Amino acid sequence: MTAEPHLLGRLDEIPVGEGRAYTVGGEQIAVFRLRDGNARAVSALCTHAGGPLADGQIDGDIVICPLHQHMFELATGCSTTGRPPLRTYALHIDPDGHLFVHL
Amino acid sequence: MRQRLVVIGNGMAGARTVEEILARGGGEKFSITMFGDEPYGNYNRIMLSNVLAGTDDEAEIFLNGLSWYTANGITLHAGTRVRRIDRFARKVYADDGTTTSYDRLIIATGSRPFVPDIPGVRDAKRGFHQGVFTFRTIDDTRNMLRYARGHHSAVVIGGGLLGLEAARGLQSHGLDATVVHAGGHLMNQQLDPQAGAVLKRSVERLGITVELNARTTEIRGTEKVTGIALSDGRVIGCDMVVIAAGIRPNTEVAQAGGLVVERGVVVDDQMRAVGEPGIYAVGECAQHRGQVYGVVAPLWEQAKVLADHITGADPTAAYHGSRIATKLKVAGVNVASMGLKGPEREDDEFVVVAEPSRGMYRCVVVRDGRLVGATLVDDLSKVAFLMQAFDRGLPLPEERVRLLFDLGAPSAETSAAELSDDAQVCNCNGVSKADLVAAVKDGTRSVTGVMDTTRAGKGCGSCRSLVAQIVEWAAGGETEEDPSAGWYVPGIPLGKPELMAEIRARGLKSVSAVFAELAPEGREDAKSKMGLASLLRMMWAGEYVDERDARFINDRVHANIQKDGTFSVVPQMKGGCTTPDQLRRIADVADKYQVPLVKVTGGQRIDLLGIRKEDLPAVWADLGMPSGHAYGKSFRTVKTCVGLDFCRYGLGDSTALGIALETRFQGLESPAKMKLAVTGCPRNCAEAYVKDLGVVAVEGGRWEIYVGGAAGAHIRKGDLLATVGTAEEVITLTGRFLQYYRENANWLERTYAFVPRVGIERIREIVVDDADGIAARLDEAVQASVDAYRDPWQEGREPVTPGQFRPALPLLVVPKP
Ligand code: SRM
Ligand SMILES: Cc1cc2nc3c(=O)[nH]c(=O)nc-3n(C[C@H](O)[C@H](O)[C@H](O)COP(=O)(O)OP(=O)(O)OC[C@H]3O[C@@H](n4cnc5c(N)ncnc54)[C@H](O)[C@@H]3O)c2cc1C
Ligand code: SF4
Ligand code: FES
Repeated sequence: MTAEPHLLGRLDEIPVGEGRAYTVGGEQIAVFRLRDGNARAVSALCTHAGGPLADGQIDGDIVICPLHQHMFELATGCSTTGRPPLRTYALHIDPDGHLFVHL
Repeated sequence: MRQRLVVIGNGMAGARTVEEILARGGGEKFSITMFGDEPYGNYNRIMLSNVLAGTDDEAEIFLNGLSWYTANGITLHAGTRVRRIDRFARKVYADDGTTTSYDRLIIATGSRPFVPDIPGVRDAKRGFHQGVFTFRTIDDTRNMLRYARGHHSAVVIGGGLLGLEAARGLQSHGLDATVVHAGGHLMNQQLDPQAGAVLKRSVERLGITVELNARTTEIRGTEKVTGIALSDGRVIGCDMVVIAAGIRPNTEVAQAGGLVVERGVVVDDQMRAVGEPGIYAVGECAQHRGQVYGVVAPLWEQAKVLADHITGADPTAAYHGSRIATKLKVAGVNVASMGLKGPEREDDEFVVVAEPSRGMYRCVVVRDGRLVGATLVDDLSKVAFLMQAFDRGLPLPEERVRLLFDLGAPSAETSAAELSDDAQVCNCNGVSKADLVAAVKDGTRSVTGVMDTTRAGKGCGSCRSLVAQIVEWAAGGETEEDPSAGWYVPGIPLGKPELMAEIRARGLKSVSAVFAELAPEGREDAKSKMGLASLLRMMWAGEYVDERDARFINDRVHANIQKDGTFSVVPQMKGGCTTPDQLRRIADVADKYQVPLVKVTGGQRIDLLGIRKEDLPAVWADLGMPSGHAYGKSFRTVKTCVGLDFCRYGLGDSTALGIALETRFQGLESPAKMKLAVTGCPRNCAEAYVKDLGVVAVEGGRWEIYVGGAAGAHIRKGDLLATVGTAEEVITLTGRFLQYYRENANWLERTYAFVPRVGIERIREIVVDDADGIAARLDEAVQASVDAYRDPWQEGREPVTPGQFRPALPLLVVPKP
């Protein structure tokens, strides 16, 4: 990974299956903790009408925006409902459970 | 090495051609790049009419989302115009500064609205006048919808298909709509004057005003549109103008690139631009044998020929032009037209049947024993046969009127059987009878399943009944219901009763446990979580294992999310009654948190709107009032009227009964919202006839109970369930009905759909007469839920999960490392 890692906090500060939003280096990022122990990070604003994606519901693959229910793949950022894609960010969790994002 | 294929235009023809190419293994032959002026994947333009009318959501009309392009290895430049073609260097230059080389090039740039040069259309500074619109793209549709809000009247210039659809769409948002048409009758491209007149009556009956022979000479208003002026001197006042005066092919780029362009890009029978072996044109921008088309059916045929040719799948493939037969739903009226509008030669036979008062018009034109034209306004039952007869010159019955009526004609089944295999059934998506039959043979045996796999019926929808007939015929009468249509949630292949039985048998008390045991491969499904959480809480009451991620955001923070990510707070105000002390606290909270809007709701309480997520717990604490549950799929409010104590007509104490009901059933989860009302006499000031459950006091100290009423997106008067003598009986029957509904309704099925589905007689048998012997169990179950109720605002002030009330916008700033 080229870019420098930013420490977001501990993974367990995000409840299982939910998302939380962070601003890192001017970028707004929504980070989700999957039920399988992984985490995913995408840009925090819905490309439809700026909905807060960290408030959305997820499963292993997608996040549903809470405002008008558009859907995006967490791994690729692509919309499955025809919206422009989200950005995705690489995450890294260290052995102590610290969560880093690479910009 | 793969050849480079570049497609300019990502609309219906461009994308369909690429699909056809991929279906012929073209993915191996070509590396594909597409340019689209619009910043989206491709969508079904036809359905914009429905989006404008609000009957379809934007999200539903996309044909291929962005993931389709990625999955097929297509490089998509969305939101990018191609500016120039260099056919010698074989390159295209796009607005984003890129240059892309091609071996083969497909031009599919479609058309744009034609805007006549009427004074006032354009504004020197802004381009279009702000109240003037065209109707071609999603963005056009959005702009109209946005502007329609808060405006009251619209004039549509142009009485063709698009104009009528625009008028109908805007009217459904409450605008007065007038269609101003320069021609002597509506849809003069497709209809003769008599049919046009019948259509006019039907359209006017919908409340749309139609002005014929009306030439617009000016659009009035400087800042805002105020009206239009006609050549006869009349002025029609309006707030917005939609121009639907025809279309023009987008051929500028092709022309500047040196291709032969007349009305469209001139192509041969392989859709090849004349004299250019590697360049093709398809769709509305193409001109074939002198014809330029403006509907989708010909595009499908063109796309197939082009794909056969370019991939080499069928080197003999050739396009011979399309005989256009259109089936349309115009402003809610079914219209089909094909070929001639009326007789043209002396010995042409012409049969007309018209009943203008019923809005019915049918005619056929027969020449030399062959059908050369037909028009149907209203009923399309004969359209399949007529289209086929028109297409391939079938022999016609001696008695021509049989063409228009089922005079002992074959029944629907035989007509499905008789239809030839290549007869096109769905004109929007170009699906033939053979395609439908193939889907059934491949094992899809439900009508919706066949519609999903073939896309038949997914356009304007006018062919759906024919699709259903063909599927039934092809399946030999053994069609299946679409399985997922009966599932409670999309991620678990079980109907509600089976799902509940499994959950109970296996003792599944959390949403993740249900996925693990009952979902295919144990896969979680975000779309199913809310429905499952609601069901489990209803089934297990206090024993439910509450996983927060199964909740929708509203239920995580006990408030309703709004468009800017803030929330609304509606405290409970039982029966719409409040006290000076409550009002004082609400006022103090509004001051302290600088609440942007304090509003009296349609549910008889007070809404504090625009509260920041992080302030929610403090707001609840300062209010010291319980939650009004204005955010969940649950029991909402009981509206009441003043009733016995004050009103001179009051027959029963509606306020006291309303408060008792709201106290007892507050916050109960349910498949959809439950809204109640109690009113003190049949004057019905609390609107009890149109509630999920409404109670009306009647003479003699009795109460009527109505269920299944609605006055939201749907309007329905409730059905009388029972008339009882005491308030206690009302409370008991209410609990029993609500519990029966909770257990048996589908997810998000309001009582206005549930009650007619089950039938009021059946519901009365169960709830009032206890014919099934389950009344006592229902009463116990609802009691258990009532007992398990906890007010989320009193209990929920300490965060249950880390960051529960942390804003999702604006965001927490992470310090630089
Ligand atoms: C606040 C209020 C409007 C107002 O200012 O008066 C309101 C606001 C909303 N209504 Fe409503 N409805 C409000 C009374 C009504 C009423 C009238 C009533 O309750 O007597 C109706 C018609 C009755 C009915 O429910 O059918 C009503 C029918 C709807 C519907 C259509 C439901 C249907 O199936 O017909 C929706 C959409 C839905 O449920 O999916 C809806 C949805 C909404 C939502 C929740 C939209 C959403 O999902 O965010 C609105 C939240 C706005 C916000 O930002 O907080 N609202 N809504 C009213 C709150 C009443 C209350 O105190 O609880
Ligand atoms: C509201 C509405 C309702 C309709 N209803 C019906 C109906 O009921 N039945 C029916 O048969 N037909 C109907 N039509 C017509 C039908 O939608 C069109 O015939 C069809 O979309 C034509 O497809 P196309 O690909 O040729 O053009 P389009 O779908 O318009 O696609 C062309 C695309 O190319 C893009 N483009 C243009 N120039 C460039 C460039 N230089 N660079 C990059 N991209 C470019 C455009 O932005 C556009 O996205 C309706 C049309 C509308 C607008
Ligand atoms: S409050 Fe109700 S009617 Fe008003 S905009 Fe929201 S959902 Fe629509
Ligand atoms: S803002 Fe996300 S779906 Fe509308």
